[in-house]
Amino acid sequence: MLIMRHELLLVAITVILLLVEIFLPQDKKHKIILPAILLMALVTIIGFIPGPTGVLFGGMYGTSPLILLMKNILNIGVLIIFTQSVSWLKLEEQKEKIGEYFVILLSTLIGMDYMISSGDFLMFYLGLELATIPLATLAAFERFKEKSAEAGVKLIFTSALSSGILLYGLSMIYGTTGTVYFPEVSAAYASAPLQILAFIFFFAGMAFKISLVPFHLWAADVYEGAPINVTSYLSVISKGAAVFIFMIILYTVFNKIALMWRDVIYVISILTMTLGNLFAMRQRNIKRFLAFSSIAQAGFILLGIIGQSQLGMTTVVYFVLVYIFSNLGAFGVAAIISSKTGKESIDDYDGLYRTNPMLSLTMMLALFSLAGIPPVAGFFGKFFLFTAAAKQGMYILVFIAVLNTIISLYYYLLVVKAMFLNQSDRPITYFKSDVYTKLGLAMCIAGIIIIGFASPVYEFILKLSYGLY
Amino acid sequence: MDILTLFIVIPVLTIIGIVFSKDHKQVKWTAAIGMGLQLIAAATLIILFLMERKAGNMAEMLFVKDLVWFPSLNIHYLIGVDGVSVAMIGLTAIVIFAGIFASWEVEELHKEFFITLILLSTGVFGFFISLDLFTLFLFYEIAVIPMYLLIGIWGSGPREYSAMKLTLMLMGGSALILVGLLGLYFNSNPSGGQLTFSLLAISKVHIPVEIQKFFFPFLFIGFGVLGALFPFHTWSPDGHASAPTAVSMLHAGVLMKLGGYGCFRVAVFLLPEAAHELGWIFIILTTISVIYGALGAVWQKDLKYINAYSSVSHCGMVLFAILMFNKTAMTGAVLQMISHGIMTALFFALIGMIYGRTHTRYINEMGGLMKVMPFLGVAYVIGGLASLGLPGFSGFVAEMTIFVGAFQNVDTFHRVATIIVVSSIVVTAVYILRVVGILLLGKINNEHYEHLGDAKWYERVSTGVLIFGITAIGLAPLWLSEMISGGLGPIIQRLLMASPIH
Repeated sequence: MLIMRHELLLVAITVILLLVEIFLPQDKKHKIILPAILLMALVTIIGFIPGPTGVLFGGMYGTSPLILLMKNILNIGVLIIFTQSVSWLKLEEQKEKIGEYFVILLSTLIGMDYMISSGDFLMFYLGLELATIPLATLAAFERFKEKSAEAGVKLIFTSALSSGILLYGLSMIYGTTGTVYFPEVSAAYASAPLQILAFIFFFAGMAFKISLVPFHLWAADVYEGAPINVTSYLSVISKGAAVFIFMIILYTVFNKIALMWRDVIYVISILTMTLGNLFAMRQRNIKRFLAFSSIAQAGFILLGIIGQSQLGMTTVVYFVLVYIFSNLGAFGVAAIISSKTGKESIDDYDGLYRTNPMLSLTMMLALFSLAGIPPVAGFFGKFFLFTAAAKQGMYILVFIAVLNTIISLYYYLLVVKAMFLNQSDRPITYFKSDVYTKLGLAMCIAGIIIIGFASPVYEFILKLSYGLY
Repeated sequence: MDILTLFIVIPVLTIIGIVFSKDHKQVKWTAAIGMGLQLIAAATLIILFLMERKAGNMAEMLFVKDLVWFPSLNIHYLIGVDGVSVAMIGLTAIVIFAGIFASWEVEELHKEFFITLILLSTGVFGFFISLDLFTLFLFYEIAVIPMYLLIGIWGSGPREYSAMKLTLMLMGGSALILVGLLGLYFNSNPSGGQLTFSLLAISKVHIPVEIQKFFFPFLFIGFGVLGALFPFHTWSPDGHASAPTAVSMLHAGVLMKLGGYGCFRVAVFLLPEAAHELGWIFIILTTISVIYGALGAVWQKDLKYINAYSSVSHCGMVLFAILMFNKTAMTGAVLQMISHGIMTALFFALIGMIYGRTHTRYINEMGGLMKVMPFLGVAYVIGGLASLGLPGFSGFVAEMTIFVGAFQNVDTFHRVATIIVVSSIVVTAVYILRVVGILLLGKINNEHYEHLGDAKWYERVSTGVLIFGITAIGLAPLWLSEMISGGLGPIIQRLLMASPIH
């Protein structure tokens, strides 16, 4: 019981919220917001209490301290997203579906938790599907908006395709090794041609989920069409969870063919960073902009994975933690502006600093953190990722990556420029953010500023990841 | 708390003070008091340092403080100073203090302006006291990024273009530095023990020559970008021309010195063999910098561009002197950094003040300003004379030392390069005297100018401090050059051991 406590708690609050939702009258649906956030906060806090770890169901499910930490990281992210969604949920269009939003979002989170904890490919696949399919309904949440509906359909089609590819790979793995359990697959894995093919299918399937180039094309459209809070969920939590399990499987299952996937990741990483950045530069819609920037960020994360060491593992987890706070900070500002004024173009941000200084500062901090500028956390995250890759002697890769951070700095600065430098005749007027948004953004700012300086955070993750690689 | 950490704490407290200030007056006085304290702290540091040295404390670094930051990666908050860094801290304190008074009348967003400006100076101070490469790099980037906002928001002319160009080029330099630093880190312990970012520890290690040769260009060019090394200098004229007065001062005066300082403290000091083998490439480049910058200044008509190109020339001389690999020349390099830092800050301050009155920076549109604003005129002449190396001012001391040092290299290649560099003085004289002639002397060619006032009290404070610096170094250079050359000992020793002739 206790070993699976994260999942069970989430299931419990999902059921509670579902029941409460049923008994709320039609015009009082917004009353569910506060309990939902409080319950999520409670779960997040309970998650940090140390508890037993171990293996269940004969190895299908297993946790370790590091996996628990990953789940906690995802919980924090979801909590922040909940707070950021409030002002959007209170709009007329969503009023009746507030409860559904929380329930669906939580159920995908449960899927992700199971996915991260999986000890065999069956569990992994189940978790993956549970995490993916409800996302499509979320993407299509604003169902009367054409773009949102389109995003939902696109997401479901691409996930189906990628799941199919993934499953095909998994079936080949089963066919050649006769087992689906991670340790046994790893032991039986040789570099037979079919097994390499199986790996490639697996890789392609995962690359869809993490939106690595050249499997990224769905991301921009879906991110643009989906409601902004769902976009932030997709690009932060969903991506983070997929990165976690991808790394775990690469390190524990495909460790024997590491020499092979290292080269693959090397190339994919360069492609992802570069193309993501080049496309991000041209975007004027803030959601598309952040979508492409998050594609580029995924390329940087690969640098840690390629590090293939305890250092690499630590840096990836650390970076995802930093990335969650930074990206959610940026998305949070975009979300509140979008729900208050309906504006989603970077050009609309002209002169924002003079009307909404706090929001602009938050956005700037978040963007600087994404770009990896000190003294905020993103700098530490990126620096450590580069260290992990340099440890393997891949200085050229590091150099290309650092050049890419400069390209990314260029377009992040474009947003900063719009907010601080540009003047506008019709700037976004001053508005007051609600308490929840302020709380969520405050959490992001605290994370962005503290996590970098506070070396114990990094050392803590390092200690947990000991022996896992 | 130790005295070095104070240099980071004071600016941070000042920034907090500014955040809570109510009106414009309070903001600027908080900034002025904070930076005044910083100047006092710097003076105290210099005195304490000299006393320690006099008392016979010959340790490589003084006031060392070592706190572990990231234990697993062996990243430390390791600070300490030698003669060179003390001198650079003094320079920074003077320039930022003068800079605050030069921007006394910022037009809009006062609070933000002073916060960003002081944040930038925090990065610079932190850079000069760091002995750990990680913290060094961290402070380096903190010093670079505020420039974007400072130029972008408060600048003039094509400010958005200049700000972006400057930021991206400098960050490009820092990309190279990052790779170089990681290379140093992973080769910092060839016997396979704990890796380290500590500058002192790495300086005790012998890194294989092949590896040195791979990483030396990364580090030297990386820092060289900030030191306006040809052909990576193009951010400098645009950036300086668009920046507001105080930012030009701080940038040309101090920030460009980060490049020179990093070049010898990190690149040359830690990779001496590679420096010997690859030095010739950079000697050619720096020689071009010196001449190109000087010639560029001759053609310009905009006062700020003239000064920006002259900075390229002077900073090129710093890098050139570093590559001469002997104590005299390197002492000259540091002296030149300090002398040029104060001098160019003075120029930019004066240009800002003149522009504030005449609303033009084109020399052809001005004339006879000496009659209208004698104080500013005289100050400009003093700056100019120092710039062309007249004895009695700091410029002479620095350049003379450089040339004497450079001439100690007897082979033809070095001789030719030295002679070319020396000849740049003539070109400097041309553009300085030309500007002085057109701008200050002659008759007043615009009747509006006749009613312009002379310097206000805060402008006098700003220029006064800087002129004091120039003449103090010019008249009594010995204590400074001794302090500096004392700090250069370990670097020279390491270079000599690596020297192929040795």
